[in-house]
Amino acid sequence: MIVGERKPLEQIEAMIEGFEKILIVGCGTCVAVSMAGGEKEVGELAASLRMKGKLEGKQRTIDEITVTRQCDKEYLEQLAKYVDQYDAVISTACGAGVQFLAERYDDKIVLPGINTRFIGVAEGAGVWTQRCMACSDCLLDRTGGICPMTICPKNLLNGPCGGTNGGKCEVDGEKDCAWTLIYNKMKKIGRLDYIRKIQPPKDYSAMTKPGKYTHEAFKEARKEEEE
Amino acid sequence: MSEDAHQQFEPKVIAYCCTYCAYTAGDLAGSMRLEYASNVRVVKILCTGKIDTILLLRAFEEGADAVYVAGCALGDCHFLEGNLRAIQTVAHTKKLLAEIGLDPGRLEFFHIPASAGPLFAQRADEMTARARQLGPNPLRAKVGQPAGGKLARDPDGHLPLPEATHGRLIRQAERISAAASDSETGA
Repeated sequence: MIVGERKPLEQIEAMIEGFEKILIVGCGTCVAVSMAGGEKEVGELAASLRMKGKLEGKQRTIDEITVTRQCDKEYLEQLAKYVDQYDAVISTACGAGVQFLAERYDDKIVLPGINTRFIGVAEGAGVWTQRCMACSDCLLDRTGGICPMTICPKNLLNGPCGGTNGGKCEVDGEKDCAWTLIYNKMKKIGRLDYIRKIQPPKDYSAMTKPGKYTHEAFKEARKEEEE
Repeated sequence: MSEDAHQQFEPKVIAYCCTYCAYTAGDLAGSMRLEYASNVRVVKILCTGKIDTILLLRAFEEGADAVYVAGCALGDCHFLEGNLRAIQTVAHTKKLLAEIGLDPGRLEFFHIPASAGPLFAQRADEMTARARQLGPNPLRAKVGQPAGGKLARDPDGHLPLPEATHGRLIRQAERISAAASDSETGA
């Protein structure tokens, strides 16, 4: 899932300076699970901003609503009857959601409420780690399910480098060396021959931004129509 | 407000007490005929693990002068780790209160075992005294002022279907309707 982190209250406060009516829009999918921008967190942010505003003697209204997802047009449509009444909208979705909301309501000021961190997994209660960097060319079949693109700071496809130090990384002694992990895993599953093969250079053109992808089925339908 | 006025004001204190320990201790304090500050409003919850940041923030938003969460002693939680979670939640909420500009001292977590009636009374007095010392919650005077709330969300119904513009079935449908209208005009 996409992992996010709430922006400091001061930063949000500075963004909404001068606005009187503000709507906070939460996103009920990834960022709700990563405890950054779901219904609960929107409630906390709204309550905090309301209290801060009152304490500082500001006349402002902060309303809250959470939609199922902000990366689908259908769900953003539900906001149409409310958005017009506000001076600014704070979105606590990931960067993608904020942009899609800003695109749908293009005459509104849309502000981000969280910092989007990475695509990751929940290690335990309240702890997430990055596991994928969306490189568009998955190589986990050759590395025993451990991603050197994400976990190795040097993105090495043929590792480890000389900086591996007792299973730790030279860049950050706290972090595990991806290639030590891969070696141990391959040894465990009896596929060490894989690690001996030299990997050809990766096709980084697949990562060119901004990405766009059309599902094969929809491509077919379009092509058929054009004919 | 002067020191005297602080001493005179009657604070509103909210106590979230867990059923198994703190609330039972409160019962015991009553049975023991112990006297404690009448400013404390006890809210019984199944377990302090249920406590959420938003519950604590709402209490302050609605004008509470002090709030405390009272749970079981370490290792005694009926649900094993509810009180440990509550300690985390309270610590996090204290940070939020500091960010907002309220004194984090207005919020506290206490361990009150079921057998500790006198401790229950002591904590109630302690928190009331602390609220008196800190003075009224600055938000109290503004509780009535509207500042927003939760908007009603429509349930996710059937999403509107996108208008079909291509595909074999559509073309076939067009052919059939065209043929139908032709035959109508022909007749």
